[in-house]
Amino acid sequence: MGKVILGNHAVSYGVLVSRVQTIAAYPITPQTLIVERLSEMVADGELDAIFTKVESEHSALASTIGSSSVGARAFTATSSQGLALMHEMIHWTAGARLPIVLANVNRAMAPGWNIWTDQNDSLSCRDTGWMQVYCQNNQEVLDSIIMGYKVSEQVLLPTMVSLDAFVLSHTAENVDIPDVKLVDKYLPPYKPEIKMDIDDPRSFGALSSPDNYMEFRYKMQEAMDKAEDIIIKEGKEFERIFGRKYGMVEEYRTEGAEIILVVSATIASTARASIDSLRAKGIKIGLLRIRVFRPFPVKDIARVLLNKKKAIVIDRNISYGKSGIFFDEIKGAFYNIEGEKPKIFGYIAGLGGRDVTPEAISDMVNDAMRKDKPEKDIIWSGVKL
Amino acid sequence: MIEILIHGRGGQGGVKASLSLASAAAKSGKYVQSFPEFGVERRGAPVKAFNRISDEPIVIRSKIYNPDHVVVLDHTLIQSINITEGLKKGGWIIINTNKKPGDFKEFCKNYKVATINAKEIALRNRLGSRAAPIVNTAILGAVIKVLKVSDKESLAIAIKEFVPVKREENVKAAYEAYDEVIFEGEA
Repeated sequence: MGKVILGNHAVSYGVLVSRVQTIAAYPITPQTLIVERLSEMVADGELDAIFTKVESEHSALASTIGSSSVGARAFTATSSQGLALMHEMIHWTAGARLPIVLANVNRAMAPGWNIWTDQNDSLSCRDTGWMQVYCQNNQEVLDSIIMGYKVSEQVLLPTMVSLDAFVLSHTAENVDIPDVKLVDKYLPPYKPEIKMDIDDPRSFGALSSPDNYMEFRYKMQEAMDKAEDIIIKEGKEFERIFGRKYGMVEEYRTEGAEIILVVSATIASTARASIDSLRAKGIKIGLLRIRVFRPFPVKDIARVLLNKKKAIVIDRNISYGKSGIFFDEIKGAFYNIEGEKPKIFGYIAGLGGRDVTPEAISDMVNDAMRKDKPEKDIIWSGVKL
Repeated sequence: MIEILIHGRGGQGGVKASLSLASAAAKSGKYVQSFPEFGVERRGAPVKAFNRISDEPIVIRSKIYNPDHVVVLDHTLIQSINITEGLKKGGWIIINTNKKPGDFKEFCKNYKVATINAKEIALRNRLGSRAAPIVNTAILGAVIKVLKVSDKESLAIAIKEFVPVKREENVKAAYEAYDEVIFEGEA
């Protein structure tokens, strides 16, 4: 059933069938296999693209910005420290309204030096104007690259597709690689209205005074608002053609639930096993997986969590001095919404790649069930003190 | 769902064996996962690779702590690590060795033992050298015979997909292991 491929290679195949035209990249563990496979595809003539080797991640994204600016469908990939080094260009990509897709393998930030998964690298890019997608399996990784271009090229904001280090990047599983001709039907060639063109000269990235800078930012926010509808619309169109369903969020066994577990990325996949075993014990619990973090799915969160008794958020990340980042955003999303709000518990788990098992997830749920209300904003799971 | 742990030494091809096994099982209609011990690998040091094989889509993405079965690519590992750690009672231990299952009395009480002389089969098929035989493909023939997670034809296609050289010899080695694996009772 399907081809058995690594999460990293699912990215490469997603890029292949999206007919990406330029790739610039710098190697970093655990991302390197993505661009290694792409370089082979380009060398073998399987993918008609320009592959540029660069001297740093900053240059990788700068080069990608250049090719996107002249109207190419452009791709790069990175992880952790590499994404951090790109940060100046991360802001630039969104501000320049370039529909670049970047694959980020979620890896913990150093020090201590660590190559395993958590989300602090990509979540540090929260306020840059990039859309962010968090994947739970290799199929979703591949599909999200294709959908990323489809959405980005309509709203003119870049998309960051995140996959967990090792748990996806180096794990092989069944993946259906869609036929490129079928992808062509879904994703037409990129034809920007405005691009850098020597026959049609314009100014790009020029000085923007206090008199007009704010309007550019207003339009970025407007595009982000529009993106939510387009992600939903294109998810449905994707399902129509390829038979796989994607939206802003995903629900699992939420019908009749009194408690909702809210998780992202691969912990959300493992959590299904916990939900099944808790349901078998008669506990009325369901799962809400946050798939898209930017734009933030406020409407879906309110719809699923209102009138529930408790929400339990598991974060594989932390905003030091505050709390888990998804926890904070979910709590904030409710403040001005009318309705019966759940007690929201925020757990931090799995930092730096510490394994999160179905039993660990059930332990967090059981802990929240024992308590009337959360006593603090951070509850640490499995920390050795 | 069954969970399999492959014990090997860095450089011995345990990860490739895990990938080929997953691919073979997928070709016979299963959902699969294959992953290495996440992190750094040193040549010669004990390393693990993991497989999940199921009739249903696999959602669990944590590591495997209680495998149903273990595969041992190098019998000298038995002296240096506890290969049965976490192994479920009644599970199979498939060992590359020139001994017979009855020679592993320490395992026979709680587990079932199958043995295969994968080294001899590898050398017979000119896979690797006497000092470093390539046993990772041969042992898969024994694995699918005992655990019934795939069939010979699917395994042959999978091996050809993941092995860059001597494809026919690797397939032949796997087929010979399929015929030569020694075990007692119902697999």
